[in-house]
Amino acid sequence: MGMKIKTKDDLKKIREKGLLSIYPDKIKITVGMATCGLATGAGEAFEVLSQEVEKQKLDFLVAQTGCLGFCQREPLVEVQVPGRPAIIYQEMTSKKSKDLLTAITKKEIKKEWALALLGNGAKYLKDSSSEGLEGIPLYEQIPFFKKQQKIALRNCGFIDPDDIEEYIARGGYFSLDKALKNLTPEEIIEEIKKSGLRGRGGAGFPTGLKWSYCRKAPGEIKYVICNGDEGDPGAYMDRSVLEGDPHSVLEGMLIGGYAIGAKEGYIYVRAEYPLAIKKLKKAIQQAEEYGLLGENILGTDFSFQIKLNRGGGAFVCGEETALMASIEGRVGEPRLRPPYPAERGLWDQPTNINNVETWANVPVIIDRGSDWFSRIGTEKSKGTKVFSLVGKVKNTGLLEVPMGISLKEIIFDIGEGILNDKKFKAVQTGGPSGGCIPAELIDLPVDYEALTQAGSMMGSGGMIVMDENTCMVDVARYFLSFLKDESCGKCTSCREGIIRLYQILTDICEGRGKEGDIELLEDLSSVVQSASLCGLGGTAPNPVVSTIRYFRDEYQAHIKDKKCPAGVCRELIQYFILADKCTGCLLCARECPEKAISGERKKPHLIDQAKCIKCGVCFEVCNFDAVVIK
Amino acid sequence: MQWVKAKEIISQSKERRESLIEVLQDIQAEYNYLPKEVLNQISQELQIPLSQVLRVATFYAAFSLKPRGLHLINVCLGTACHVRGGGRILEKLERDLKIKSGETSSDLKFSLETVRCIGCCSLAPVIRIDEDTHGRLKQDKIPRILKKYT
Repeated sequence: MGMKIKTKDDLKKIREKGLLSIYPDKIKITVGMATCGLATGAGEAFEVLSQEVEKQKLDFLVAQTGCLGFCQREPLVEVQVPGRPAIIYQEMTSKKSKDLLTAITKKEIKKEWALALLGNGAKYLKDSSSEGLEGIPLYEQIPFFKKQQKIALRNCGFIDPDDIEEYIARGGYFSLDKALKNLTPEEIIEEIKKSGLRGRGGAGFPTGLKWSYCRKAPGEIKYVICNGDEGDPGAYMDRSVLEGDPHSVLEGMLIGGYAIGAKEGYIYVRAEYPLAIKKLKKAIQQAEEYGLLGENILGTDFSFQIKLNRGGGAFVCGEETALMASIEGRVGEPRLRPPYPAERGLWDQPTNINNVETWANVPVIIDRGSDWFSRIGTEKSKGTKVFSLVGKVKNTGLLEVPMGISLKEIIFDIGEGILNDKKFKAVQTGGPSGGCIPAELIDLPVDYEALTQAGSMMGSGGMIVMDENTCMVDVARYFLSFLKDESCGKCTSCREGIIRLYQILTDICEGRGKEGDIELLEDLSSVVQSASLCGLGGTAPNPVVSTIRYFRDEYQAHIKDKKCPAGVCRELIQYFILADKCTGCLLCARECPEKAISGERKKPHLIDQAKCIKCGVCFEVCNFDAVVIK
Repeated sequence: MQWVKAKEIISQSKERRESLIEVLQDIQAEYNYLPKEVLNQISQELQIPLSQVLRVATFYAAFSLKPRGLHLINVCLGTACHVRGGGRILEKLERDLKIKSGETSSDLKFSLETVRCIGCCSLAPVIRIDEDTHGRLKQDKIPRILKKYT
């Protein structure tokens, strides 16, 4: 049970305790245990390490942390020996973890498993204590991290998210102390305005301006909301922040609540993120224990409470008016704006909504100042943005970069290029409301305006990389299939229009496309865009419009030649086995669910096209690239 | 069945003034689905018309009005999973379990559902079985994973 923090000195005392917990005077082994780590076996690794340490009665600490961002190399295990730079080991299965522990007890280093050295940068290279670490690159030198600048992700992968003292050790809640004691609400809003921070959830509305509307709105009771309904498929930065650094969001909301004049906050997290919900619950409880939530926070007369709401699995609830309806316990249907939430929001009171990443930026701006923040980024897009780099790229993961960096730097420097060295075709940004940006625009800088101009949008930051084997018509159909299920049904143009778009795209993908379909798609798209109430319908045709804009040829190949150049659309492709490459290993024949593959051991196999259901399992299992799609 | 636990959840939520969605979430966490009898009870106890309770229960994808199996398999069909073969993973599961998405196996062991995105895109394609997330899947890995749950 922690003490109630009242003064800055109290905070400093806890910071000392927290620092001892982050950098103890004994060997510490930390496992990255966010969802991505757990999916690759971090849980098992943690268990093995804890058990062995106990069994061998070793005086080691085994701890957990969030996601460092390099999800591709999970599970990541960090080993810290006092006085030496920490070593991050990659792809640590439970078996490797056990061997690693043995190595540590023998004072050995497993260089072949090391990803990077983590410490105070280059100073360790000169330090004698780096002996034996030669050849392991520094964290800030490896391509994935080199161009990154972490603000929202500042603590993810560096602290135990379940320990408020470690958050405080890295400067946490000092900004709140500064805000409550040294700044007026107006000064805070001014600072946020001057920083140039814009909403990180999609539309990019200036955060300070939004706050000022809500502060000025008449009303005794006001609310702040954190939108954690990260619904864009392919984007998961909010999950990572909530799982790895929940206090940064709480602190941001506290500062926002004080600036706006709210006493209550809500965090709405989607149901698909059970671990984030667990971490947040714990964080809220700890903040209450330490007097950072509740009555008379930090000894002032400011009181603030935060309540956690779980979503119900509806994409449209990411839209702010639908989200508020959902918190009120109703179905998540958007309503007409104005009135904007700043005037009439939750329970009809003035309400300010920002997303997770936006809130996580706030304490840093208050700490380091708007001048510092606004020097990062481009003229109209300030600061950094977190992106999830996923799809057909070599390095998948979460990265935070200054606004204005080019797509090329993200995909080819940080991502180190396309998976299996295939040809880069497009990158999809902005979720279902966004679009596909083609290879020829690879030098485009990422900022709100540039992406919108290219027919996509910033969105929440998902970047799905596509290669020559990704069919753009299929991608458009995928998003429309998503949106047809997620349309709440209120507006006819959205409800019926999306279904029609989807049907036409399905016809094209299945070889029933006809002359005039592309024009029909374009016509219908403009109707859906202009006649729908909320952002879902208003942007729903974007994936269609942007793929037609840049990949019209591919549509035409489907319609005229009945061919899918990328080899994806099932009705338009066939699987074949190349006789000269097939070694006759029988693996595909064994896996084939339809027994459509014949052949003897060590002799080329053959696919019976009449039996083949095109499930693709032969293509997946073949170790000799002998199965091809035509 | 008396639905004792449901009564408890409903009366507790009345005190805490929780929203209808939260009550339904707690009920579903307890029973794995929303039993018809309990929905009636909620309507009466919380004085919300049954039509409204049903509207909420059918609007949100997380709720099920049908009993579900012992293990719930969620196949992620997010964008990253889609381009890396998530659809084929779903078909493999449908073939192996001999059920379609949205159905429950006849031995009540597995329910198969799809989910929009579970935010584990870096390891696509991904499925979640109960609390466990399995990443970097290929069709031939599925039988071994299913075996762990039988």
